[in-house]
Amino acid sequence: MFFFTYLAIVLLIRRIQKEIAFLPDIKLKWNNTLRSAIGGCIGAFIVLTIYSSDVVNSFISGLLLLGAVYYLREEEDFKRFQFLAKAHYPLIITTLLSAVTELVASKFYHKYDDSFQLANLAAFAWIFVLRGYSKKQMDELRVASIRNNELDMMVAERTAELTKQKNELQQTVKLLKETQAQLIQQEKLASLGELTAGIAHEIQNPLNFVNNFSEVSVELIDEMGEELQKGDMEEAMAIAADIKQNLEKIRHHGKRADGIVKGMLQHSRANNNIKEPTDINKLADEYLRLSYHGLRAKDKTFNAELITDFGQGLPMVNIISQDVGRVLLNLFTNAFYAVQQKQKSLGGSFRPELKLTTSVSGKNLIIKVWDNGIGIPDAVKDKILQPFFTTKPTGEGTGLGLSLSYDIIAKGHGGKLEIDSKEGEYTLFTVILPVA
Amino acid sequence: MKILVVDDEEDVQSLFLQQFRKEIRNHEVEFDFALSGEKALDYLKDKHSEVVLILSDINMPGMSGIELLSRIRHDYDAPPPIVVMMITAYDDEENKRQAMENGANNYLTKPLDFKLLKENLKNLRT
Repeated sequence: MFFFTYLAIVLLIRRIQKEIAFLPDIKLKWNNTLRSAIGGCIGAFIVLTIYSSDVVNSFISGLLLLGAVYYLREEEDFKRFQFLAKAHYPLIITTLLSAVTELVASKFYHKYDDSFQLANLAAFAWIFVLRGYSKKQMDELRVASIRNNELDMMVAERTAELTKQKNELQQTVKLLKETQAQLIQQEKLASLGELTAGIAHEIQNPLNFVNNFSEVSVELIDEMGEELQKGDMEEAMAIAADIKQNLEKIRHHGKRADGIVKGMLQHSRANNNIKEPTDINKLADEYLRLSYHGLRAKDKTFNAELITDFGQGLPMVNIISQDVGRVLLNLFTNAFYAVQQKQKSLGGSFRPELKLTTSVSGKNLIIKVWDNGIGIPDAVKDKILQPFFTTKPTGEGTGLGLSLSYDIIAKGHGGKLEIDSKEGEYTLFTVILPVA
Repeated sequence: MKILVVDDEEDVQSLFLQQFRKEIRNHEVEFDFALSGEKALDYLKDKHSEVVLILSDINMPGMSGIELLSRIRHDYDAPPPIVVMMITAYDDEENKRQAMENGANNYLTKPLDFKLLKENLKNLRT
């Protein structure tokens, strides 16, 4: 009768082997152990049947089954098969009980031998009854575990996808940051480009004077020589005075060109972020001329009346002059653009005007740039300081001019940039810089 | 021969006076100057009949040389027509085309070649 107990152990292990066939991890881990367990069980049965008594065999088989069931309950990997354990309790009890009875009350046992065997058989059969019932449960469990695996795989797939997307987004953010830095640099270069034509014009004029006055001075010297030979001292002195005057003009125009080149170098120099006491009138005048001539170099027909009202005796203000210069250049360029657009729509009767005023108010220096151009519609007034916002056609404006200007004035100098405009009539930008 | 030079750069005046000092001394030419297109028009109100030649810069604040030219052609179209030559720093086709379209007699570029200008004046006188 212990035969059934051994058989139950082998069948239990076989059952588990079958179940874990769907769980690759657990199968790999336990396959050999389970196989050895079956081998061991069959071996024990054969050896004990040949060499030992029925009682011992009953004991051993009962304990083996008990151990198997106990293991099944305790081992983490087999927790899901716990329901199998329950079916084996009656067999364990009947096997061990008959073994103990045979040992302790041999007579009694042999008298009721059949009953014990019957009970044992019934307990064995009970396993299969429960098994049929649990098979359904097991199938469900199997389906659930397959479904679980599928879900796990889907989750893993999604996770991988999300990780990939996250990496791509991070890459994009990095790229955007680089692009932003490039755009700021480009805006700087674009404003330098706008300046270049103005600078060329501004340098060409004094250079023309240098050339023309030196040319005429050479002739005058020849002439002075002639007069000296004739002995007309008075005329010779008059010519000498002219030559002196010419040399002074040459020097004056040379210095003028020199100043423009220096200003240009200052504008193009990268990170020179040192605040220096600056004469705002000089700076504003210089950039106004440069931007005006820069625009005229591009559009020869363009003309505007420049009205300047520079406050007298303004204090020097501590600023990064090339940065504030960029702001002014930007405001002038915008003003000229606005009047140019208005001129295009109104035609010849319209007279473009740009007014530049500087003044001091309390502890602030005020720079006003006014134009009678197209103005700013109320709808976009709030947006014009946003980066990349532009009303100009694609390719004409970076949309960074005013946003950078705002940054320079507000963040760089603790000042304010105010906007006042009436669509179709005028625009007034006011730069307020604290006098440190 | 009276010549009106229109240029916003003041030093142009002494340059002309020196370059043409012989001609001025010999009373071949006489110069007047205007610092803007507006001032040139003011000047012409009284003296348009005296002026034979106008040399005008194109790029000036306020009224441009081209505008001045078209005003002159419009206001003073009675014969004999005033000779107008345009001067500019930019040797560009657009300005040249506009100058010619508006009735300029010639087009000169800065820096001024005074020898060439004198040649032109000789042709005018004969």
